[in-house]
Amino acid sequence: MGLGMDASIALVAIAPFVAALLAPLVHRLAKPFAGWVLALVPGGIFLFLLTLIEPVVSGGAISARIDWVPAYDLDLSFLVDGLSLTFALTISGIGTLIVLYSGAYLKGHPHLGRFLGFLLAFMGAMLGLVLADGMLALFMFWELTSVTSFLLIGFDHTRQAARRGAIQALVITNIGGMALLVGAIMVHWLTGQWEMSALGDEIRSNGLYGLVLAAFLVAAFTKSAQVPLHFWLPNAMEAPTPVSAFLHSATMVQGGVYLLARTTPWLGGTEAWTLILVCFGGATLLWGALGALRQTDLKQMLAQTTLASLGLSVLLIGLGTEAAIAAMVLYFVAHAFYKAGLFMVVGAIDHEAGTRDITILGGLADRMPLTFIGAALASLAMIGLPLTLGYFAKEEMYLGLLSGQWRDIAVLVVLLAGNGLLAGVAMLVLVRPFLGPVLPTPKLAHEAPIAMLAGPLVLGAASIVAAVSTDWLGHTLLEPGAGAILGEAVTSHLTLAINPASAIFWLSIATWALGYLVYRQAATLRTLLRRFEAALGWTADTVFDAVMFGLIRFSGALTRLLHHGRLEIYLVTVFAGLALALIAPLVALKGYDALLPTAELGNWAAKLSWPQLQPYEWGVIALALIGLSAVLMANNRLMAILALGIQGTSVALIFLLFGAPDLAFTQFMVEVLSVVILALVMTRLRLDERDQRPLEDLARDGTLALVCGVGVSLLLMVVLSGVLDTRLSDLFTATSVPIAHGHNIVNVILVDYRGFDTLGEISVVMAAGIAIMALLRSRAKPAVPQPKPAPRRRRKAAA
Amino acid sequence: MNTIIFRTIAPLIVAIMLIFSVYVCLRGHNEPGGGFIGGLIAASSIAILGMANGAEETRRALRIDPLAIAGFGVFIAGFSGLLSLFTGSPFMTSIWLYLELGQTTVPLSTPMVFDIGVYFVVFGTIAAVALALEGDGEEER
Repeated sequence: MGLGMDASIALVAIAPFVAALLAPLVHRLAKPFAGWVLALVPGGIFLFLLTLIEPVVSGGAISARIDWVPAYDLDLSFLVDGLSLTFALTISGIGTLIVLYSGAYLKGHPHLGRFLGFLLAFMGAMLGLVLADGMLALFMFWELTSVTSFLLIGFDHTRQAARRGAIQALVITNIGGMALLVGAIMVHWLTGQWEMSALGDEIRSNGLYGLVLAAFLVAAFTKSAQVPLHFWLPNAMEAPTPVSAFLHSATMVQGGVYLLARTTPWLGGTEAWTLILVCFGGATLLWGALGALRQTDLKQMLAQTTLASLGLSVLLIGLGTEAAIAAMVLYFVAHAFYKAGLFMVVGAIDHEAGTRDITILGGLADRMPLTFIGAALASLAMIGLPLTLGYFAKEEMYLGLLSGQWRDIAVLVVLLAGNGLLAGVAMLVLVRPFLGPVLPTPKLAHEAPIAMLAGPLVLGAASIVAAVSTDWLGHTLLEPGAGAILGEAVTSHLTLAINPASAIFWLSIATWALGYLVYRQAATLRTLLRRFEAALGWTADTVFDAVMFGLIRFSGALTRLLHHGRLEIYLVTVFAGLALALIAPLVALKGYDALLPTAELGNWAAKLSWPQLQPYEWGVIALALIGLSAVLMANNRLMAILALGIQGTSVALIFLLFGAPDLAFTQFMVEVLSVVILALVMTRLRLDERDQRPLEDLARDGTLALVCGVGVSLLLMVVLSGVLDTRLSDLFTATSVPIAHGHNIVNVILVDYRGFDTLGEISVVMAAGIAIMALLRSRAKPAVPQPKPAPRRRRKAAA
Repeated sequence: MNTIIFRTIAPLIVAIMLIFSVYVCLRGHNEPGGGFIGGLIAASSIAILGMANGAEETRRALRIDPLAIAGFGVFIAGFSGLLSLFTGSPFMTSIWLYLELGQTTVPLSTPMVFDIGVYFVVFGTIAAVALALEGDGEEER
């Protein structure tokens, strides 16, 4: 590759987005082969990432950065270490298989191109998420995964259930996204760093640690569907099966787990961290495992076991011991492999047999032998039999908990129960549909196409190959992955040898035995669990609905309260606000002190004098007063409007006489136009000629007008009583001619010194004009056919 | 309002007002005036024409939709600011050009173009509102 390392790593996250844009075009050109063509992109990324294994294993992390917003000192920085490389390889590897699978699964679907585009965009977001080092980039990619997940869950947008699942997932995961942003900003505020790799102990020792921890935990728990925010995940199964396999088991929901692992070095390891993570993780593990037994739909069973697995991962991160972290890294890969494989198998069954109900499927192994092999490989890994990745993950989990302390024993019991239940579900998923007597299915089942088989078979085989080459696994996956989380070197001690003398061996046996018991008693357990659920009466799902409807009702009520449609009340509110804004600062800042008469007035009557004004100046003032009283005494609206014009014109004359010709000029034109437009509006609205209002309304409006007027007068008097700061006007006077080439300072300010403001203002004028036109037209349309509106115009004076 | 006297002299008033508005707009940099006032005068003249001849006829006489004129105004005002990019100076730095025409010198500048933009915005917006109100709802084409 001719690109530098920085650009290449950035390209890993960006290339899928480019491919996503091209996907619809590719679909149109290469119809049946769209999946094969587009799979080249994730495949290429996977191969590129493989070349990074060697440097990461030997030399530690690779960091890369490109400029993002240089003006704000923000870089798009990436970090490839053992942890992010493990995730990125899993994402791109499974992504390749999923794109292939989707091409066959949705063959002939008119929107396949769009679907593949969403899928690739998601993959880019997810790769960006795990590779990002800067927290803002992490947040951006985090939100992008939520958005693309929304699009994918709601892909079949004609179904109400799909739309609901999509919105629910978006709402819940976005709450987490907001929390992540808050957390990131707090960390930056406390430490001045955006890069996570640069953080050390400073957060843990800070007094605000609790808040930062809460923000990051909310983010992780919403994304990774921990109880009690778990309910969106089963509902997300409304998405087409490839989406469930990719997003909602192997990758996106692991985003929260990834975040916890990524933040462990600088956020984890405290008492609160361990306690919260272990408790929530354990609860989710048991809840999900029991929930899986309640279901008969294969896909829902898998969805519930995904919850359990996420809980298990969170629990392991919470424990934070070397063995637990090693187990978590192994478990992430093992789970991604077998769960994606199982989802793809279920999709194949659904596709070929026409149903996913475990109670009416049976004996498919003969008709779909290759699918059966894929299912078997995945299920055995899920049960955790030797020679699979799942086995190592399980061994490592138990390894760190043999101290005999009561806390370890409690966790061990939870883990044993969870693993046992999961093993039981795995047996059910493998045996019920494939073995036993052949049951009739809605469609005559036959083998799935190769593109749909590739996923489960490749992943199943990879799980075994990885497990058999134990040393390689420990060296390239476990050591760098766990080392990146723990921040210290980890040594792998994985071995294929089975030692009957160790406790772990017997714990494994116990797990399998429990699993078999669960498998045998599945029907009884299901009945029991369903009875329990019915007795409970509510679920997190119904609570979500109640909250959402409550929110809608609340915002509706609030809108009706504020937006009642009565113009007079709006105006009263606006002017009351103005009065408050005028009077309150004067009172609060004691501005009126300047206006109060000073102590010794002496013979004040002698100081009273008439201002020295010319007779015509007196005339103008008299004209203004006449206009004002005419407004107050006018007995119809037109008269009032005209009188207001007279009053305004007199004020303009005062401006003219006292040296503000520009202002006067404008004021004249504004007065003329406002008289014309007000008169037109009045006729247009067909208002009554007279303004008849109850006395209390008049008193209210009059008081407001008086308060506003007094407020403006007082404010002006206070301003004039102080020393005028003339620095700006001096500057303008001095520079207007030499640098702006204009003698009219007002105009020079408008078009030159403050030109940018004016540009904004004229844009507002234009926008206001458009809004007025829209209002006028929306009124005009229905007015034409109707003879005359009902006579309740006075109240509805809103224009 | 529709007296014969008013209808007869309205076009005359309008013509005088329009010319005056351009004069006020252009002299604004050195004497009282400017794009805002000029635009208001021109808009008032259109309102008068609308009262005399009816909104529909006035609209036809204008040929261009008043709101489009306003939009053009915003465009050239913004554009005049962008011209300074070619001199390598910040947005809206003014550029002056003195044209020698025989005996007189005509100063041209980007603030002048800007002011003409203001003129068009004020003129277009207010004329549009006034005509829409005068037309009483039947103004849509």
